[in-house]
Parts: sequence; structure tokens; C-alpha cells
Amino acid sequence: MARTNQKKLARSAVFTQHHPVPRGVVRAVAMKARIIVTPKKAVLDPQGKSVQNALEHMGYQGIGAVHVGKYLEIELAGADRESWRKQIDEACHKILSNPVIEDYKFEIE
Amino acid sequence: MNFAVLQFPASNCDQDALHVLKDVLGQSARFIWHKENSLAGIDAVIIPGGFSYGDYLRTGAIARFSPIMEAVRTFAANGGPVLGICNGFQILCEAGLLPGALIRNRSLQFRCEHVFIKTGNNDSPFTNKIPPGKILRVPIAHGEGCYFAEDATLENLKSNGQILWQYTDAKGELTGPANPNGSLWNIAGIGNEAGNVAGLMPHPERASEAILGSTDGRLIFESLIFWLENKMARAA
Repeated sequence: MARTNQKKLARSAVFTQHHPVPRGVVRAVAMKARIIVTPKKAVLDPQGKSVQNALEHMGYQGIGAVHVGKYLEIELAGADRESWRKQIDEACHKILSNPVIEDYKFEIE
Repeated sequence: MNFAVLQFPASNCDQDALHVLKDVLGQSARFIWHKENSLAGIDAVIIPGGFSYGDYLRTGAIARFSPIMEAVRTFAANGGPVLGICNGFQILCEAGLLPGALIRNRSLQFRCEHVFIKTGNNDSPFTNKIPPGKILRVPIAHGEGCYFAEDATLENLKSNGQILWQYTDAKGELTGPANPNGSLWNIAGIGNEAGNVAGLMPHPERASEAILGSTDGRLIFESLIFWLENKMARAA
């Protein structure tokens, strides 16, 4: 047991020594952005339709349209919520979603 | 002519495209890695098929931010011809160099087969050698080839002659069953407004030698070569 702990200690010491920056960043995470990307209503969503059919076949009553999208979680360092809100909004528009076919919404907490 | 065939991580039709340009059509062609940022001395750019960046996030979404794409943007803005094939078409749409987007096939299935396409505009850098009315037989291999654009965009494409290729049956009729992926208006390939950027889901580079069952794809490359030769002659 003691030996295992020693090994663990040794490993963590090595980790600290060789990866001081990532550890610092991880410690500094203060907030998270939670982003949901969904297909636009006007865009065909064959995946959603397929899931809807499956749910209906399983016997669930009252199933309406299903839309399959994506969920992204991004760790954010620092505490400037407003600045992150602007940057995440920009990132959603530029890369995380394609405005031609997708809508997005996000929250920062 | 000096062709550039771009290479992204997980491009997989780059060798085929280079082979057709060099060995079949006798052109000068070289690979350009996506981390490079210059297209100096290049007459035409081919963005080949594949699964750049593993199709993560969306097809073409990450590749469009590769350094070489800034050079492609400038090259295209200066009138240089750019042809995107399959994943290359997806990258061009993501980059905003072509309108619309390519989404999951309506069937949810990866489709790998030969299809028929008709040419909607025989007066473009990519179609001028295709005889009017000729139906091309070319292969497709994709899971995300369903072309989507808003109605206004589709109308614009039509009125500007930007719908270069549409899926048809063997007789050239635009039918539902001939459409392999659910593309709106059976669209298989389009051009930009200026006419010098085009993308298509079918693979002309896999239909350029008799041994592969069709040489129809060659007409697209030959159109581009002819157009470039004329452009150079005009400039001289």
C-alpha cells in the first residue's frame, strides 16, 4: 500500500514538474459554457425523424417531432463572464455551429 | 498548367486526383499540405475528397480554418479556379466560398455507387468541354451529401446559372429515385456567382480512365484545362 502511494506521489511530482502550465490552467477554471446546437426547423432532420419513429414503435404515446443536435461543454478560465459571453457567441457563429443549417444557444455558469 | 491538390489530415482522394492530372492528362500537379500558406505559381486548386479532421464537429468545419484556406480565399477572390470534390465541396461551403451546406443523407446511409448527372450550364470553367445534353456517369461515396440552401439562395443559383450538376436517371430526367442523398433540387454540384469556384459530391477523378468503368469525369478536368489555356492566351 505504502509503495503504491509512493509511486503515485512520484508520478504526480513528475507531472507537476513537466506540465506546470496545464495544471495551472485546470486550477483556474472558474466557469463552463454549455452549448446546444440544433438543426434549423427548415432543415431536414432525418436523424430526428428516425428517432421519432423508433419511440413511436416502442409504444410511447404522444411523441411529437424529435430534433437531434449536439451538446458542447467548454471549460473557461478567468471570471469575466461578459467577455466570455461575447467570445463564445462569436465562436458559436464562426465554427461551433453552421448558421446556414443550425441554431445554437448557450449558457455560462 | 500547374495544379495544386490540397492535403488535409485524412484527405484520401488526393492521390487519385494527382494521378489523373499528371498521368492521365499530362499536367503539372503537386500536393500542398494544409499548413502551408502560399499558392504561388499555381493556376488551379483542387480540394480533394476524404474525411478531413475525421469529419469532427461537421464535415469540412475544421479544415476551413487551416492556413492554406486563407490563401485559397485570396486565390479565388483574384479569379483563380478552385474545384472542391466531395469533402472539398463540403469545405468550400463551410468556408463560405460556395453558398448552402451539405448535410446528412436523407436515407442516413453512406452511399457508394455510380450515379448519373446532367450539366445545367455548359459555359463555365468546369463544364465547357461537356457536350450539351450529355449525361455523365460518375461515382459517389458520401454520407453527408444532401445539399441544402434556403429558397432564395436556390432561386439565385438557378437564375445565375450556378447549378452546374444535378442528379438524374440514365435518360437525364430529374427524378426522386435518381437523387441519392435527398439534395434539394437534385443538386450534385454548384458554382459561385463569379463562376471560378465550384464543388460537386461525385468523384470525377474516379471516372477518368476506361479501366475504372467511366471516363466521363475527365470532361470536367479537360474543361478546366481548356479554360485555363484560353485565359493564358488572352493574357499573353
